[in-house]
Amino acid sequence: MSSFFRTGLEVARRDVRLAVRRAGDTVAVITFFVIAIVLFPLGVGPELSVLARIASGTIWVAALLAAMLSLDRLFLADHDDGSLDLLLLAPVPLEVIVLAKCAAHWLTTGVPLIVTAPLLAVLMNLNFDGLGALILAMALGTPILSLVGAVGAALTVGVRRGGALVPLLVLPLVIPVLIFGVAAIDAAVIGADASAPLMVLGGMLLASLVLAPWAGAAALRLSAE
Amino acid sequence: MASSLHRFANPNRFMRLSGAVLPWAAVITAILFPIGLYLALFASPPDYQQGETVRIMYVHVPAAWMALFVYTTMAVASAVALIWRHPVADIAARAASPLGAGFTFIALATGALWGQPMWGTWWVWDARLTSVLILFFLYLGHMALFDAFDDPTKGARAAAILALVGAVNVPIIHYSVEWWNTLHQPASILRDGGPSIAASMLWPLFIMAFAFKAYFVTFLLVRMRSDITAAKLRALRRTQVEGAGMSAATPAAAEADRA
Repeated sequence: MSSFFRTGLEVARRDVRLAVRRAGDTVAVITFFVIAIVLFPLGVGPELSVLARIASGTIWVAALLAAMLSLDRLFLADHDDGSLDLLLLAPVPLEVIVLAKCAAHWLTTGVPLIVTAPLLAVLMNLNFDGLGALILAMALGTPILSLVGAVGAALTVGVRRGGALVPLLVLPLVIPVLIFGVAAIDAAVIGADASAPLMVLGGMLLASLVLAPWAGAAALRLSAE
Repeated sequence: MASSLHRFANPNRFMRLSGAVLPWAAVITAILFPIGLYLALFASPPDYQQGETVRIMYVHVPAAWMALFVYTTMAVASAVALIWRHPVADIAARAASPLGAGFTFIALATGALWGQPMWGTWWVWDARLTSVLILFFLYLGHMALFDAFDDPTKGARAAAILALVGAVNVPIIHYSVEWWNTLHQPASILRDGGPSIAASMLWPLFIMAFAFKAYFVTFLLVRMRSDITAAKLRALRRTQVEGAGMSAATPAAAEADRA
């Protein structure tokens, strides 16, 4: 058991190290997140009350799209240089490796998204009462994006131009994250209790934590055949 | 269980069996649809509240049932295909998904047509409508993933995994009207205490539901049979091309021998 944990930790550490050394990928994702949000005031108009109303939704939508952009690097680089085959041969269940890679992906995209979000909330004139709920909802929601996204990324790893397919597969499955993430923020903004949507998000996180590694591992085994 | 499954894994046996079932399913579809449509559109009484628009329900409700039923069928077929490597199950999942997408689209479109006079809007973003829309996207993703691979067996396996992941949506759709306070009305047929609609409306609805089901069986079998036939044709053509390539090589060799 502890060897599973150690191997998983090692895989996660390797992925984080790779992401840190190629920091451009993370920077690109975060830049996309910021630019996408900046487009809204320019498109909708700079009226502060309107921006405050749509702030929670636009931030979540932009976060979802930014996460989609980052998914191809989950398995594709490993597939191209052959290290995925070695990971498949590793003496630990593939599910552990998928989970470790999801954790690394979350640390290198989910956490930067969470850190950037309050800044964008200011740009979008989100009420300060909603800030805590925004961070909490994103802390619960972004790991789901990594986990469910990993299934989509693993399914398309052997596909030419699979990048265009990933959003089609993953976005329908993460719509509930968007709905409850926005609901939590909106409830906090009007001073209502945000705990119900946050608990639903927590439940979805637990469910995807259990189910997504299995589906992802099955898809990776398929790609290696 | 497994051994009886493997009896149907043989495509030839499936072709024989489906060939026997298909005419019956087609005839039942052809009989039930006119009867159901006549009863639904002319013979059944208008609703005391909804008036004539209630007739949309006779298409909408069976289509929505089928949208879920087809996805469940597809998910079960996918599970069978993944666990027992059952080739006919893959073909069934592939054949089912465009049909399911069609039913889902009919349910969404007729729902919008009904919503305009009844709710005053074509579309609302309540839990039932949103989850059915997600189901529609899942069907589209399934179809796209199936065709994305060069190797059809890989496409089938990938799509099967996706179908199983997407199956979490099925109970959410079913219970969405109970879990959330939706504008869409809760179930009135399958509920505790029996159906809450009058028998004069229940009968046309059931006949339409069976007509939809028979239509699904008919076209599922037609699509599966044509898929299997297409695969056979491809295999035949491949052996023919290889044979032709060999005979093209031999005259030159014969000539070389003669010289």
